[in-house]
Amino acid sequence: MTLGVVVLVHTAFDRAEQAVRLWADAGCPVVIHVDRRVDAPTCQAFVKALSDLPDVKFVPRFRCEWGTWGLVAAAQAGATLLLDSYPAVRHVYLASGACLPLRPVAELCRYLEAHPGTDFIESATTADVSWTVGGLDMDRFLLRFPFSWRKQRRLFDRYVKLQQFLGVKRTIPAGITPHLGSQWWCLTRQTLVAILSDPQRPEYDRYFRRVWIPDESYFQTLARKHAHRIESRSLTVSKFDFQGKPHIFYDDHFELLARSGCFVVRKVWPQADLLYRSFPRSSGADRLPNTTTIDRVFDQALVRRTRGRHGLFMQSRFPVMDRENGFTATPYSVLQGFDAIIPDFQNWLRKHTGAEVHGHLFARERAHFSTGEAVFRGGLADHPKLRDYNPQMFLTNLIWGGREHDQCFLFGPQDAQDICWMLAKDTNARIMVVTGAWALALFRSGATAADCRTQAAHLQQVEQAFVQILRSPIARAYIRIVSLSDFVRAPCDMLQATVDEIAGHRASDVQVAPPMMDLEGFAGFLQDLKNQGMPPFLTGEFSVGPMPETPPFGKRKQYVRSDK
Amino acid sequence: MPSYVRARRTGLWLAYRLRWKRRRLLYRIWRKRRQIAVHTDRTGKISTDDVLLFATVRNEIVRLPHFLDHYRKLGIGHFLIVDNASDDGTSSYLAKQPDVSLWTTAQSYRLSRFGMDWLGWLHLQFGHGHWCLTVDADELLVYPDADTRDLRDLTVWLDSQGVPSFGALMLDMYPKGPLGAARYQPGDDPLAVLAWFDAGNYHHQRHPVYGNEWIQGGVRERVFFADDPRRAPTLNKTPLIRWHWRYAYVSSTHQVLPPHLHDVFDFEHDTLMTGVLLHTKFLPIIADKSAEELVRRQHFENSDLYQGYHSRLTESPDLWSALSKRYDGLATLIELGLMSRGNRD
Repeated sequence: MTLGVVVLVHTAFDRAEQAVRLWADAGCPVVIHVDRRVDAPTCQAFVKALSDLPDVKFVPRFRCEWGTWGLVAAAQAGATLLLDSYPAVRHVYLASGACLPLRPVAELCRYLEAHPGTDFIESATTADVSWTVGGLDMDRFLLRFPFSWRKQRRLFDRYVKLQQFLGVKRTIPAGITPHLGSQWWCLTRQTLVAILSDPQRPEYDRYFRRVWIPDESYFQTLARKHAHRIESRSLTVSKFDFQGKPHIFYDDHFELLARSGCFVVRKVWPQADLLYRSFPRSSGADRLPNTTTIDRVFDQALVRRTRGRHGLFMQSRFPVMDRENGFTATPYSVLQGFDAIIPDFQNWLRKHTGAEVHGHLFARERAHFSTGEAVFRGGLADHPKLRDYNPQMFLTNLIWGGREHDQCFLFGPQDAQDICWMLAKDTNARIMVVTGAWALALFRSGATAADCRTQAAHLQQVEQAFVQILRSPIARAYIRIVSLSDFVRAPCDMLQATVDEIAGHRASDVQVAPPMMDLEGFAGFLQDLKNQGMPPFLTGEFSVGPMPETPPFGKRKQYVRSDK
Repeated sequence: MPSYVRARRTGLWLAYRLRWKRRRLLYRIWRKRRQIAVHTDRTGKISTDDVLLFATVRNEIVRLPHFLDHYRKLGIGHFLIVDNASDDGTSSYLAKQPDVSLWTTAQSYRLSRFGMDWLGWLHLQFGHGHWCLTVDADELLVYPDADTRDLRDLTVWLDSQGVPSFGALMLDMYPKGPLGAARYQPGDDPLAVLAWFDAGNYHHQRHPVYGNEWIQGGVRERVFFADDPRRAPTLNKTPLIRWHWRYAYVSSTHQVLPPHLHDVFDFEHDTLMTGVLLHTKFLPIIADKSAEELVRRQHFENSDLYQGYHSRLTESPDLWSALSKRYDGLATLIELGLMSRGNRD
C-alpha cells in the first residue's frame, strides 16, 4: 500500500481505535501520536488495544494544546517515523482520532494513485482568505504570542494590542511566504522529505514556534516552497461555524455525508453510532468528492445565524426595535377614518384587495379580529387587557401568525393609543389616515353639537397627537394623510392608492366610489361645533350649503404625500 | 431623576445587591439543610461527566414512569429527587429505581421557596462541576434535534461554545375537550392526550429586577388571567446549568444568581439555542390536585390571588379552541419560533 497515515489522538479512544483499525485493515501503515496530557493508564490501555496490529507505531508524546506548536511537532515526528519505516509509502495523510473515513480506504488510494506527485493541502495567503476569526490574519506571522488564547485571553489581547501600538514586528525567514489552510493534509513523500530535511528547518521551526496557530500554517507555508503541484484543498471535510469552532457531525448528518462522496470527515461526535456503523461505504469507485451540498447547507445556516429573521417570537428584535427594521414579519396596513365615511368598508376593502381586513384591533372594548371570533390565530385572545399589557407583542404575534396574508386593520382616535409610536417607526407599516372622519361619525350618531362637544375635542386632540407622531422625523412607516374634505372631493383617488398599496398588482381598479355616508347637513354640524368653541380643524374646509360637485379629473389638488 | 435612583437601575449597585441576595440564599439553603432526610442514597454511582436531574415531587406516581423514561432517553446519568410527603407510593416507586437517589421531607413546599431550598442543598453537594437539569415532574424538556442528540451531546456542545446555561420556554399542553374527560394511564406518553398548545400568543419584556427576558402568555394567560395579565404564569426557565456551588436559583428555575446565567434568550440576534419544556400540568388529575391546592395553598407566594384560578381548574374547563395547534414534533416548534437552533447545526 502506498498510503501512510499519521493519526493525532487526544480523546475518545474507543472511536480513535475504530478509526485506526479502518486505516490499518486497508493495509495502510499508521503512526499514532497521543497527546502528552493524556494520563498514562489510558494511553497504555490504548497502546495495548492496538498491539495486535503489526503496522501501527507510536511516536514520543508532545503536549498538544489548541493552536500551539505541539501539534506541528507531533505531525513532524509522526511523518518522519512513517517515512523512515515504510519506504513504499508515496502519500502521507494527516488525520485525527475524530476523523472518520467516509469511503473505503482503497478508493482513496486509487484516487491518490491517479494523482501522483500532487499534494492535497489547503494553502492560501492571508490576503486571500476570509475565514480567519478574530481579525488576526497577517499579524499572526508578525507578532509574538507567549500567552494562551484560551486560558489567558485578556493578557493575549493586551499583548497583541501593545505590539500593534509599538509597531514591533518579527522578521519572516527568507525564502517563505506565509500561507494558511486547514490543518488536515495529504502530502507526497517527496514534498514531506523536502520539508523535513530542509537545511533551514531549525530556523523555520524556531520561527513557527512563536506563530499563532502554527498547525494551520507550518506545512501550508513550507509546502508552497517545496511542492511541485499543489491542489489547494483538503481531502478531509471539516466545517467551521461563524465563531471559528469546528462543526461536529451527528447521526442526522448521515444523508449529507453519504451524498458528498468525500473521503474523510472531521469531526464526528463519538456517540454518533449510526455514522460509525455505516461508514465507510462505497459511493462508486471513481466518484469525485463534491462538497457543494455540505457547503451550501452550512453556509445557509451561517447567513441565518448572523442575520436572523424578525417578527418571529424568538427573533423579534426586542428590546431594540428602534434599530434595524421594526418588529413585524411582513408589511401590513393601518387604516384610519375610512370606516366612518364608507359603511361596510371592511367588506368593500376585502373584495377589492383579497386582504384579511380586521376591524378595530385596538378598540377599547375588545380586539375585533377579521373572523369576529374571540380567539384568533396562534391563540391570540380579544381581551383588551391582555392586548394592552404588551400591545407591541400583540401586533408582532398577529402579523407573524398571518404572514401569508396581506393584513389590514382599522384604527381611530377612539382606540387604545399605546401602539402609535411603534406603528410610526415600523418600516412594515403602511398607515393611511383620513383626518377628521370621527366628526362624521359623531354627526351620524344624531347627537347635537352641544352634546358631543367635549367628546369631539377629545377625539381631535388624540388624532392630532397621532398625526404629529406620523409627521415626526423618525417615523419610518409608509404614511399618507388627507383631510376629510379632501377625501370626499375625490374619494376614488385615495381609495385607489390604498388598494394599490395593499394588494399591489393584484389590486382591482376602483372605477366607482363605494356608497358613502350622507353629508347633508354635515357642514352645519361642523359650524355648530365651531360656535360651541370647538373648531374642528382636522376635517378640512366644508362650506355651509349644498356640497360642491366633484370637480372633473385633472383639476383636483395633488395630495401631500409623505412616504419616508 | 435623582442620581441615586439612576444608580439603582444601572449595573453596579444592583449587582452588589444581587450578590448579597445570592449569599443570603446560600445561607438559607445551608440553614434548611436538615429539612430533607436521605431515604435512598445511590449518589456513589455518579460519575464525573454525568448530567444530573434534580426534582421535587409530591404525589406524582401517575407521571413518574414516563418522566423517568423520557429523561433516561435524553441521557440523564442520575436522578436526585426530593419527595414532599407523598401518600400515593411515589417514594417506594422511586426507591426501587436503580438510578435514583431519594430524599424525603414533610416540611412546607412554599416556605422552602417551592422546593428550591431543598434542591439547593443537593445542588451544592452533588451538582458542582456537573451539568444539572432542574425540572418539575410535569415538565418534559425538548430542544432542536433532541431525538438524535442527547443531553450529553448538547452539554458538550454548550461547553465548546462557552455557554454555561440553557433556557427553555414553558409550553402548556392541553387536551381537546374538558380537562377531566381525558383518559391517561401511568406510563403512557402524556403528549398523546395533551396534544394541543397555543402557538403564537407569547410576549416578553425585560424583568424589572433581574433583567432577564420575562416571558408570559399561552393558554393559561388566555383563559385564566385575561383580567390581570401581570399575574399570568412566567414561562421562561433556565433548567440546565453547569453548576457551581456558589450558584442559587431564586424562584423556581425562572431566575438564577449570578444573573448572567439566566440570559438564555437572544431575541435580537438568535445566536442562543433554546428548548421547550412541555408542561403536562393538565392531565386529568389536575382537578384533584387543584382541589387539594385550594386547601394546602403551597404553590404561590400570594395564594389568595390564585384561589380563583385553582377553583376554576377543579371545574374541568375546556381549554381547546379551533385555533389550537396540534403537537407533532420538534420541527413544528422550531418553525413556530417557540424554540431556536441558535448557532448550532
